[in-house]
Amino acid sequence: MTAVTTDTAGDTRRAGRYVYLASVTLLCAWVLVPLYFLLINTLSSPEAVNAFPKSFIPEFDLGSLTFFANFAGMLSALKNSILVAGVTMILSITISAPAGYALSRFDFPGKELFRLLILLTRAFPLPLLALPLAVMFIRTGLDDTVLGLALVHTTLAIPFAVLITFSLFSGIPVELEEAAWTLGCTRLTAFTKVVLPLILPGITASAIFAFVISWNEVFAAAVLTIENRTLTAFLLQNLDTSPLHLKFAGGFILVVPALIFIFAVRKYLFAMWGIANR
Amino acid sequence: MAEIQIKNVAKRFGEYQALSDINLTIADQEFMVLLGASGCGKTTLLRIIAGLETQSTGEVWIGDKRVDHLPPKDRGIAMVFQNYAVFPHLTVFENIGFGLRMQKLPNDEVTRRVQRTAELMHIEQLLKRYSGELSGGQRQRVAVARALAMEPDVILMDEPLSNLDALLRLEMRAELKGVLAESKTTAIYVTHDQVEAMSLADRISVMHQGRIVQAATPVEVYRNPAERFVAGFIGNPPMNFVTARPEGKGRWNVAGQSFDGPASDAGALEFAIRPEDLTPAEAGLRATAKVVEPLGAHLLVTCEVDGALFRAVLDSDLVVKPEDSLTLAPMPDRVRWFDPETTKAVAV
Repeated sequence: MTAVTTDTAGDTRRAGRYVYLASVTLLCAWVLVPLYFLLINTLSSPEAVNAFPKSFIPEFDLGSLTFFANFAGMLSALKNSILVAGVTMILSITISAPAGYALSRFDFPGKELFRLLILLTRAFPLPLLALPLAVMFIRTGLDDTVLGLALVHTTLAIPFAVLITFSLFSGIPVELEEAAWTLGCTRLTAFTKVVLPLILPGITASAIFAFVISWNEVFAAAVLTIENRTLTAFLLQNLDTSPLHLKFAGGFILVVPALIFIFAVRKYLFAMWGIANR
Repeated sequence: MAEIQIKNVAKRFGEYQALSDINLTIADQEFMVLLGASGCGKTTLLRIIAGLETQSTGEVWIGDKRVDHLPPKDRGIAMVFQNYAVFPHLTVFENIGFGLRMQKLPNDEVTRRVQRTAELMHIEQLLKRYSGELSGGQRQRVAVARALAMEPDVILMDEPLSNLDALLRLEMRAELKGVLAESKTTAIYVTHDQVEAMSLADRISVMHQGRIVQAATPVEVYRNPAERFVAGFIGNPPMNFVTARPEGKGRWNVAGQSFDGPASDAGALEFAIRPEDLTPAEAGLRATAKVVEPLGAHLLVTCEVDGALFRAVLDSDLVVKPEDSLTLAPMPDRVRWFDPETTKAVAV
C-alpha cells in the first residue's frame, strides 16, 4: 500500500518535471528558434537562403553583411539611430529621475493623479499622434532632425523611466538621506554621496531600457524623418524591395544590438521589475 | 558647552496637534531621555531638535545659538537612527569617517578618529566590511561610532536599541551609558522602554499626547509622579489607585480605612501606592487575592480592594492562595495623592 502511494507520488513528480521541462523548452524555442534562423540566413549565401530544404548549419558567408556595410546610407542610418537613442536616453533620465525622486519622497496634491496620467501617455496609439506631430514638427523645423525624433521617443520612454526610478528611489530608506544630512550633507550632497551611488545601477538599467525603446521604434521614425532616417526606418524602407537574404541580414543587424544591451543589463532589469535574479 | 533650550515649541501636522507647548532645558553633558508611548510626540520632538522636521512655532537653542532655522548639518548634532541607517555602499571605515570627510578633515585625522571610535565600540576588526555583512548589533555599533566620530555637541538617539534582541539590548545599554559618559556630549535619547529610560537617564521627560508631563530624575519620576499618567505609566507593575473620600481635616477614607492626606477641599482624591510599598500587617487595606504569581524574588499578588484592581509585590516566603483575605499596610511616606479632576499630584 505504502509502496503504491510512493510510486504514484513519484509518478506525479516525474510528470510535473516533464511538464516543467517541456514548458521551459517551448519558451526557449519560442525566442531562440527565430533568432537562430535569422542568424543562419544572415550568414548564408543568397543561393542557400532561397534553397530548400534549409541547412541548419550556417555557411559563414559574410556576403549579405558586407553588402549592408557598403550600402549607401547604411552607416549614416546607424549613426542616426545611435544619436537618437543616445539623446532619448539622456533626455528621459534627466526628466524622469527627478520626477521619480519627487514621487517617492514628497507629498504633493495630485500625486496619485500624476502617477496615473503618466501611464496615460501610452494610451494614445502612436499612428494617431504621428501625423499631427509631423505637421507640427514641419512648422517648427523639428522634422527630420535627431532632436525631433528623440523628443518623441523620450515621450514614449518617460512613463517607464518615471515608474522605474520611482520604485528605485522608494527602495532607498529615507533615513539614509537623513543620516547624511545630520553628518554634514546638504540635500544635494546627500543625494550625490548617498542616493546616487546606490541608485546608479538601476538608473543605468532604465537608461539602457530607454535606449532600446528608441532603437526599436520604427513608426515615428518612419513618419518624422526623410533624409536622416534611423536604422529601423531605413531598413523598413529599403528591405521592402530587397531580396530575401538582405531582409534576413537587415533583421539581424536590428536585433543584435538590442539583444546585447538587454543582456548586458539583465541583472538590473530583473531587479528593476522585482524579480529576484537567482 | 552645549546646553539645549526648547522654548514654546509646537508642531501641527494638518489638523493633528503632534506637540504643544514644549519647554525644556537640557544641561550640558546631561543624558536626557524622552519617554512615552508610541504617538506621544517624542520622536517628532527629537527630529525638530535635529532639524529633520520644522516646528510650527517656538525656538530651539543649542549652546548660545538659535538653531531652529538651520539645516541639520549646521546644528552641531549627530544622530543615531532606529534602523541604524548605515550606508550600504560604503565600508564600515567609510561609514564612520563619512561625517569627517564631509568636514574635509585631512586623511590621517580621519583615520585616527575612525580607529579610535571603532576601538571604543569594539568594531575595529570590522572596518573593511560592508553593512550587508554585519549583524544587527554590529550595525548598531557602527551607527553609534559614526555619530561619536563627529565629536558632536549633542548626540540624538531615536530608539537605537529597539531592533536588538533582549540580551544584546541589555549589553549595549550598559556600554552606551559608559561610552556617552566618557564622551562628555549632551545626549537626548528617545525610547518607549521605561527600564531603558530609568537605567540610562540623568533626567527623564515623560511625554503624553504631545506634552511633557514631567521632566525629572528617574528616582523622582518613580517616587513622585507629577501626574496620574506618569504614576500609571512608570513602574512594572504600575502604581495602584483607590478612590479616597474626604473625612475632613486632612483625613481621607480609603476603602473603609482612614488615612492622613492632603488638606484639600476636593470632593474626592485618588490614593496611590506602589505595589512594592505594601506589607501584610494587622491594620491596613483589606484586599481579596485573585491571582498569585510567584516570580522567584518576590510574589506578585493581584487582588481587589474596594472593587478596584490592586497589585502587591510581597515577600516570596509568604503563602497566599486565591480568594485569601489580606490586610496590606502601605508605607506611610510612600503614599501619593492625585486630584481626579486635574490628574495632577496633590502635595500632603
